[in-house]
Amino acid sequence: MERSIIEVENLTKVFGAVVAVDNVTFSIDKKEFLILLGPSGCGKTTILRMIAGLEIPTEGEIRLNGRIIFSSKKGIFVPARERDVGLVFQSYALWPHMTVFQNIAFGLKVKREAAPEIEKKVMDIISYMQLEGLKDRYPQEMSGGQQQRVALARMLVSRPDILLMDEPLSNLDAKLRLDMRAEIKIIHAQTGATTVYVTHDQVEAQTMASNIAVINRGIIEQIAPPKTIYNRPANLFVADFIGSPSINLIEGKTESGEVDGRMSVRNEWFSLKTACREIPAGRSVVAAIRPENISIVPSEGLNTLPGEVLTILPSGPETVLRVRYETYVFSLLLMQQVTLSPGQKVHLYLPPENILVFDKETENLLPLD
Amino acid sequence: MPKPAVSMEKRGTTIRFSRVKNYVRQPHIVISLILLVILLIIVILPFAKMIEDSFVWQFADTRLSRNAEPGGLTLFHWKRVFASALTQNILFRPLMNSVSTSLSVSLLAMFIGSFLALLVSRTDLPFKKIIATMAVLPYVIPSYIHALAWLNLFKNSRIGGAAGVFQYLTGITPPDWLSYGYFPIVVTLSIHYFPFTFLLVSAALTSIDSRLEESGEILGATRFHILRRITFPLVLPALLSSFILTFSRVLGTFGTPYFLGTPVRYYTLATQIYSNIINRIPSVGYILAFVLIIISSAVIYINQRMIGKSKSFVTIAGKGFRVTETPLGKLSYPLLCLIILLFIASVILPLVLLVWQTLTLYPNDYSIKHLTLLFWIGEANTVFAEGEAGILLNPAIIRAAWNSIKLALVASVIAGFLGIFVGYAVVKGRNTKLAYAVEQMSFLPYLVPGIAFGALYLALFSHRIGPLPALYGTFALVALVCIAKNLPFTGRAGITSMLQIGSELEEASETLGARWITRFRKIILPLSIQGAISGFILVFITVMRELSLIILLVTPETRTLTTMTFRYQEQGYTQFSSAISVLIIIIVVFGELISRRFGKKNGI
Repeated sequence: MERSIIEVENLTKVFGAVVAVDNVTFSIDKKEFLILLGPSGCGKTTILRMIAGLEIPTEGEIRLNGRIIFSSKKGIFVPARERDVGLVFQSYALWPHMTVFQNIAFGLKVKREAAPEIEKKVMDIISYMQLEGLKDRYPQEMSGGQQQRVALARMLVSRPDILLMDEPLSNLDAKLRLDMRAEIKIIHAQTGATTVYVTHDQVEAQTMASNIAVINRGIIEQIAPPKTIYNRPANLFVADFIGSPSINLIEGKTESGEVDGRMSVRNEWFSLKTACREIPAGRSVVAAIRPENISIVPSEGLNTLPGEVLTILPSGPETVLRVRYETYVFSLLLMQQVTLSPGQKVHLYLPPENILVFDKETENLLPLD
Repeated sequence: MPKPAVSMEKRGTTIRFSRVKNYVRQPHIVISLILLVILLIIVILPFAKMIEDSFVWQFADTRLSRNAEPGGLTLFHWKRVFASALTQNILFRPLMNSVSTSLSVSLLAMFIGSFLALLVSRTDLPFKKIIATMAVLPYVIPSYIHALAWLNLFKNSRIGGAAGVFQYLTGITPPDWLSYGYFPIVVTLSIHYFPFTFLLVSAALTSIDSRLEESGEILGATRFHILRRITFPLVLPALLSSFILTFSRVLGTFGTPYFLGTPVRYYTLATQIYSNIINRIPSVGYILAFVLIIISSAVIYINQRMIGKSKSFVTIAGKGFRVTETPLGKLSYPLLCLIILLFIASVILPLVLLVWQTLTLYPNDYSIKHLTLLFWIGEANTVFAEGEAGILLNPAIIRAAWNSIKLALVASVIAGFLGIFVGYAVVKGRNTKLAYAVEQMSFLPYLVPGIAFGALYLALFSHRIGPLPALYGTFALVALVCIAKNLPFTGRAGITSMLQIGSELEEASETLGARWITRFRKIILPLSIQGAISGFILVFITVMRELSLIILLVTPETRTLTTMTFRYQEQGYTQFSSAISVLIIIIVVFGELISRRFGKKNGI
């Protein structure tokens, strides 16, 4: 296997009394598309800026292609301009006093490439990014989407091995964002550049990433492919943060005495059979089930709960339901249009194989089998 | 979730060293450190030196005391100012005069300025736009020029020399209280400073959504009631600010109280500082300057505190709200006449008086048949003015004009660039102690009244310090003091424009491989220069009309137009002083018009 291209070890950044990034370790393989995902203020942008060299870490080590570019122990700090990474800012950071051509050519001029060479490279990237006819415009004379393309072009023209993007799509409207997602994916596939991408948008993360690192309060909660993050969240934070509507959480204690060796979770109202391996009874746990995994069934049976429909939120092909049972309100995501009405009594079915169980104390996922 | 604590211990000195090295390698840190050294020399050091000098016997002190041993330590000067038979004359009376003139001027200027602001921004007064533009002019004209105009009008023969126009026309000798002292000082300075209140209060009024007032109206309140209960509390912060800032500016004003007060021995702290230093008792002057700085700082500190507190309830809710105009009805034209009168008194009349004065052959003969252009374009002639040529042909004046322009150019360009660097260092280093130190130190000169700042520089640079030669008598010293004094303005402007630019534009170029020099040249400078240009012009105008700050520091070699005016006036050549004043007015008004071209004015 090829060596990891970005290696981050025990990275810590302290601003005054605030620990923004706390002892973070991860590595990114060649051609990988890693997304740093987390709520605002979780430290994801700080991690990106430390890789770019715009922020000096308090502690730790960063290597690019095996070369140490920062090490607190060895006293190494390679400034941003010597790291050869491309960075796209959330604000695009296009220079308002330069035309599109000048913006894109800047990096090449700084590297003192020959004028004809620069001209050719810039024109190539302009046509690649479909910016023809805009080369003499100033940034403020263009739409948000066009500015975004210029920012990408400016980064790509120097052909960096590593692309860093800090919420590049968050200033675009919803439709344009969809287009640009696809475009960035294509760029990634064509250039094969290792990419680190910061976002707080979980849909963006799931559609684009080869790996997602979920970050919370300066630490990495889980780093895994999108499907794993969604289906097997490592802990309650990840489970709760990923998915919309949010995952349904049910507190209870483990029950034993079943013959098949599978755990049940019981609280004061009901008991749920799960697919988890049995553990000693009486432990406090949290069971969780995604809204789309709960279904409405005609009659009672295993893992069914009677409930009363509270609200119905139809949106095109899908419908979000809120159903109350005693003190619990379950969210359901049904891939259909429904003819229910508020107040109606329904039976909910929670399939055992879709129920995740987390230890209440450590908040970590309990093994499924 | 259990979080591993950051281990802040267990690291050797090598790591600490490398951390320091990495820290220092950041360009904004380097710039901050350089700025810190510059600021120490041009701001902190003069202050320290001034305090030191006040405790040391000066050479000239041998005239005052037999015990004086030049160079030795003494409390003599402090005792002389604070606890001696002279205290009454040296400190108390000038202090009282300073405070009473400052208070009166602030009140009067606040009243005129806010009344005018209310009329212009809240009523249907005719010609509002023109009035708003004109209202700033008295402030553009240097304040002591109003004093000169006053003298041209009301001078009596008390101090010898020629009487003014009033006496010439009416044959009545104006009483002393009208010619000199408290009354004319208050009137001329109020005329000069009311635009300041006008600007601040207008800005406050236009930022108040008049829907706030309308909602009062809907609830059945009368116009007066709304003014008192809604509008007034909302502009109160601006009113207080203008009052306090006018107060501290008048406190430090030198020219006007010198021209109008000194002839009748009406001293203020500012003129007392000057005469002590001129009479070679500099240490006493330094102590008085110190007193002035303390009062001025206290006043500005109070203002900052109040602004900080009241900001929270200023109701600026976006732009584009409507302003309803109160109809003035029958009052409309009487009020307009009043405003025209004010304008005549504050701008036209002084100008006419000055120009008229320049055209008189003999200082006290204002008759038409004796008008002459001699003082403008006359050849040198031993019959007049000790053989000085008219100002447009006079080499000394042309040199002074050149000095003025050179000084204003050098000071505005250097102060402007320093301001950009201050902005860069402060914004890049946000929330660090170093950036905070740079910001605070660059603001310090604002607290020091002009005449006292000149005194500080006199104390420091009259002899050599370490590797620095004695700068007294050089152009460099005059330029340095102007740069330092204007740094608070250019620094503020720099910080504002850096905040607007944001750090990402520079970082983007950094990730593309640009060195700091390239980043500064290609990104930061082009982006901040636009904002800086109006700052440049502002400083240019300020230096062009500067008197208080440089009067203690200029020598015949480094004379400027303003100090030439001062000398001529002192020697009784009122035609020359008036002519140069007219020249200065032309230059500053022209500069003001150019700066308007460049759009928004930042601060005054």
